[in-house]
Amino acid sequence: MLRLERFKNIMSDLVKLIHDTAPSKAIKLMEVCGTHTVSIFRHGIKALLPKQISLISGPGCPVCVTSVNDIDAAIALSKMPEVILVTFGDMMHVPGSNRMSLHKARAYGARSEVVYSPRDALQIASDNSNSKVVFFATGFETTSPLIAATIEEAIERGVNNFYVYSAHKLVPPALRALLSSPDVKIDGFILPGHVSAIIGKAPYEFIASEFTKPGVITGFNSDEILMGIYMLLVQIAANDAQIQIQYSKVVRPEGNPKAVSMIEKYFDVCDAYWRGIGAIPSSGLNLKEKYSHFDAKKIFQIDVKSDTADSTACMCGDVLRGIKTPPECALFGKGCKPENPVGACMVSAEGSCAAYYRYGGATVG
Amino acid sequence: MEEQQLDRILLGAGGGGKLMHELIEKYFVPAFDLGQMMDSAILNIKPGKLAFTTDSFVVSPLFFAGGDIGSLAVNGTVNDLSVSGAEPLYLSAAFIIEEGFLLSDLATIVESMSKAAAKANVKVVTGDTKVVGRGKADRIFINTTGIGLLPDGVESSPLKIDTSDVIIVSGEIGNHGACIMSGRNGLSFTPPLLTDTRPLNGLIKEMLTCSKNIHFMRDPTRGGIATALKEAALASNKCIVIKEHLLPIADQVRGLCDLLGLDPLYIANEGILIAIVDRKDADKLLETMKKHPYGGNSAIIGEVMSSPQGMVIVETALGGKRVVEMQTHDQLPRIC
Repeated sequence: MLRLERFKNIMSDLVKLIHDTAPSKAIKLMEVCGTHTVSIFRHGIKALLPKQISLISGPGCPVCVTSVNDIDAAIALSKMPEVILVTFGDMMHVPGSNRMSLHKARAYGARSEVVYSPRDALQIASDNSNSKVVFFATGFETTSPLIAATIEEAIERGVNNFYVYSAHKLVPPALRALLSSPDVKIDGFILPGHVSAIIGKAPYEFIASEFTKPGVITGFNSDEILMGIYMLLVQIAANDAQIQIQYSKVVRPEGNPKAVSMIEKYFDVCDAYWRGIGAIPSSGLNLKEKYSHFDAKKIFQIDVKSDTADSTACMCGDVLRGIKTPPECALFGKGCKPENPVGACMVSAEGSCAAYYRYGGATVG
Repeated sequence: MEEQQLDRILLGAGGGGKLMHELIEKYFVPAFDLGQMMDSAILNIKPGKLAFTTDSFVVSPLFFAGGDIGSLAVNGTVNDLSVSGAEPLYLSAAFIIEEGFLLSDLATIVESMSKAAAKANVKVVTGDTKVVGRGKADRIFINTTGIGLLPDGVESSPLKIDTSDVIIVSGEIGNHGACIMSGRNGLSFTPPLLTDTRPLNGLIKEMLTCSKNIHFMRDPTRGGIATALKEAALASNKCIVIKEHLLPIADQVRGLCDLLGLDPLYIANEGILIAIVDRKDADKLLETMKKHPYGGNSAIIGEVMSSPQGMVIVETALGGKRVVEMQTHDQLPRIC
């Protein structure tokens, strides 16, 4: 109890500092990462901030930004008799065309499995030598090194029935796209901790140098998030714009060069389509030509349509860009709920809409 | 040449013939109280209100730290009866077994059920066995149905929940679900994280002796305490407010939740209960619960308020508030 009291006192001092440092004008801070979004809700952080500070959620949930096209391709793969499609859990519920999902397709006989780690997919391939195991790989810079390491292990072990469908995305190009969009107004960025543990600080420097906006790489506990917000406010008050690291216990300025080299060894940067946002140049990863024998996009003849806009009524795009909050969408909580989502932001536990829906939107007075 | 001793269950063992008879005689008769093995068990029950419940168990892995599907199948149904206020008396046990299932695993599971029934002081008096072809089931499924007697004057109902009632939880939350998840994913903890599966009828008997003002009890299994509390709030049309810092959570469960991005409020339990009680009895009831071997970590975690109706609100350690809803799908670990 003494520890809790001490923690509460420190937090209360930090909240007071935030109130004292906040500018009088309204400002918007974007938490880029979905894990931050959930943590902010779970700890009731919005209620502790001055009214003029809005926290808006960004495009940092890899489930939410996976395109309908990629979901359709994964569903098509899972329906192939020789294929076992393997992916991370939340991808099972993301709606593709006609609100079909991997989860629903499974009820009609498609084969898909949920794993916690790409290495589990390799084990499934080893255990099912008569099947072709396709790992539907989504995620940001945090997960792509793991996929690279899994391919390396597949080569070492001689597993020849393992394939990867890469729908990987890169965070910094998406932030550039947001900052370049005239209708997006963001005064500072709470930058993702896990992604930054891989890529370090340098890839974000353009936010400060080209767009004069501050950014703080922040951890996920309540005290870390409050500290990150305070560090942003100090910069805003001083009219300063730097990329700083609050999450120094995990993130080094240079990141994790070994993990980055693994990404570079197995993947090429490509243009990618982000659900709700559209095409962003150089924001995705495809397997290098050298490893095309692992590339499900090349091995399997999937009839891939070009990406189309999402459901017209769905505002995921505006939510992902921080222009609108989930409750402003006409479908929110009505036609679009976690049990039958229209937009991807309602699918992942870390999607903005799901977080708003699950945790009651704002705080309780 | 000597015939090889079979170590797996055959499809024919579910066919009602000699193989099935041998299976029952060898594994089930010594473990359970099947009496004369008639088509029905004939039970002597005192006049009064009966509680009657059924539950099926399809857990994977079958064996986990501190328990297995067998102990789970007995304790789960015992606890469903117990939180209704009933004294559990008799269970049935029905098995759907996949062809090729290891007989040694069946023996372990049945022995575990026998021990759990003895511990809970209930009798398994009837049963059934079916064997399905390879690939037609996930190794073994067990259904248990239970009958219990409701003492006079005991009623656990959400309609009795009243403003200013106190919420008590009888132990650490999330241990069972976290144990299963760590088992599935090869995560180990020091000290090890054990399932909390155990019968709660002994603890509940002492609670009912201590207080006549326990309004509602629930064993928060799938969906965790969040779902159980939300159901109580909706059924009673009251608001339940929980203080996050009062929740008893093991460090290993906190660690797993941080690692995988899960919320302990939604993780399954198999050996704790939530009791909603009149405030005037809360302290003496908590004292009674803490003295029981299965209630040592009991804690008061919140209270009932009149509004906003049907809502569960968590007050965070920071003093913030958030609303708790039922989960839609199983929690899945984050991918970034």
